[in-house]
Amino acid sequence: MAKRIDVSDLNIFYGDFRAVADVSMTIEPRSVTALIGPSGCGKSTFLRSLNRMHEVIPKARVEGKVAIDGQDLYEPAVDPVAVRRLVGMVFQRPNPFPTMSIHENVAAGLRLNNRKAKGDALDDVVERSLRGANLWDEVKDRLDRPASGLSGGQQQRLCIARAIAIEPQVLLMDEPCSALDPISTLAIEDLMHDLKSRYTIVIVTHNMQQAARVSDRTAFFTISGAGQPGRLIEMGETPEIFSRPGEKATEDYITGRFG
Amino acid sequence: MATATPLLAEPGASPPLRLTRGSLPRWAPAGMFAASLGAALLVMLVTSFNWYGWGALTFLLYVVVITTVSRRVEGSRRSTDRLVTALVFTAFALALLPLLALVWTVLRRGVPGLTFEFLTTTMRGVIGAGGGVEHAIVGTLLVTGLAALISVPIGLLTAIYLVEYSGGRLGRWVTLMVDVMTGIPSIVAGLFAYALFEIFFGPGVRMGAAGSVALSVLMIPFVVRSSEEMLRLVPAELREASYALGIAKWRTVVKVVIPTAIAGLTTGVTLAVARVIGETAPLLLVAGLTTSMNTDPFHDRMTTLPVYAFSAFATPGFPPEAGYQRAWSAALVLIILVMLLNLIARLVSRFFGPRTGR
Repeated sequence: MAKRIDVSDLNIFYGDFRAVADVSMTIEPRSVTALIGPSGCGKSTFLRSLNRMHEVIPKARVEGKVAIDGQDLYEPAVDPVAVRRLVGMVFQRPNPFPTMSIHENVAAGLRLNNRKAKGDALDDVVERSLRGANLWDEVKDRLDRPASGLSGGQQQRLCIARAIAIEPQVLLMDEPCSALDPISTLAIEDLMHDLKSRYTIVIVTHNMQQAARVSDRTAFFTISGAGQPGRLIEMGETPEIFSRPGEKATEDYITGRFG
Repeated sequence: MATATPLLAEPGASPPLRLTRGSLPRWAPAGMFAASLGAALLVMLVTSFNWYGWGALTFLLYVVVITTVSRRVEGSRRSTDRLVTALVFTAFALALLPLLALVWTVLRRGVPGLTFEFLTTTMRGVIGAGGGVEHAIVGTLLVTGLAALISVPIGLLTAIYLVEYSGGRLGRWVTLMVDVMTGIPSIVAGLFAYALFEIFFGPGVRMGAAGSVALSVLMIPFVVRSSEEMLRLVPAELREASYALGIAKWRTVVKVVIPTAIAGLTTGVTLAVARVIGETAPLLLVAGLTTSMNTDPFHDRMTTLPVYAFSAFATPGFPPEAGYQRAWSAALVLIILVMLLNLIARLVSRFFGPRTGR
């Protein structure tokens, strides 16, 4: 059920400002792809264009093609809501719904999408998703308590459970561990390892050790200066990128000699 | 580099470290205030007593004493702090005074007339003493309730449009119109409602629903502005989280944005209701005045509490004392109604608002 994503000649704009220029890449199914690069190089913007979250921002637009199994996401007839059911997303800061309990948070995607999951079936999905996110044992006794009572790491895993509850094909993660401590980070990295057998995962991270640990393939983005668009410099197998990068800029960045 | 002047003083050359300072005991402000009160009272008794002079003199004495004593003992920073604290407390007390005086006056004059009979009888056939506000309470609840029923959906939907959907020129126009509406004098709203209902029901029309329309004109801009602010406070991350789950925009608004903002929304609506529940002029104009019970807002005149209080004061009957008494008691009932409304709004936001705690 995991899908391949083909991006070709993608340009992303905020109004007149071009934030990302001419990106072409292929994201393989059932693997983890890491996007690395300095701040402001457009990796998060690029990630958000993969499930049409980019256009939520006023005046933001995209040119080019993003195809999942051959279907272009940016064709005029495509419904962005349907795209987002196919491509789930986890954000940098944990954002559980504050008015809902833990159970309701996980079930939110199903219930608010009017899927006919009721009672026991819904409970099954919630349990499966929470187990999938490695959170079940910690919250099984307090599913009806507010989600805001969980710790930051637990909240982030709850957000992952919420994202996988609607069974997307692709899971996008925008620096999912940047607000977390090392133990919670480890829990989420382990989780990514489990999840990649079923999903296509794309993760943006500032932590190069993390990219090296979790990803199968790595893409390096950078900008040549302020006001310039971000570009994809190179992409390859993670061990390859970290041991024998093809470009000087990549080598400078991963060895800490950047800038 | 032996000749270079050292940038930092040698460790032994620095003056001894001093982190402590003198401080007044905790009871000092209270004690000095009591002393100021006493001294001022003494001065007042020697000259001639009056309340305002006592208060002003106490304030002056206290400020001077606490500032100078504190400056001697604690240094200039703490003494400035004490001076400003005294000024802020005084400002707070001055601001609170009118409120307390109002509540006290209404209670003192209203409570004697507030009997069970007063709440359960109308003014039908009453000329002198006796009579009550039953019809006015019912009228107030009906007229204001209907006004809320009209304005809350319109106001809330407008706010949702402004915050969630509008991006361009139309949104700015709506905002401008709402601002203009905020400034409409209530009597103009009443005249507008009269003109509107005159089209359908002919000249001289008087009915509760017309009063509700007049009140909605006043209420809608309040609801829009307060709801708009509350909806803008909902973090964009929550909307994004919802969109990323493939939840449609309108469901995101209904199921995520509004529940998150519900506490503020109910507070805003309550304040808007409290603002219009005391309106007199437009209601006198279009809802009229009657002495008997009327539970149908679409037929005949309907009395509300403010209009009742106004007429009881303007035409108290004979002997006039009974009429004045009824006016004060009606005012008290009105205040109690507003308080109850606030209480209900608090309960609503407590039960439906964002949950906290583990």
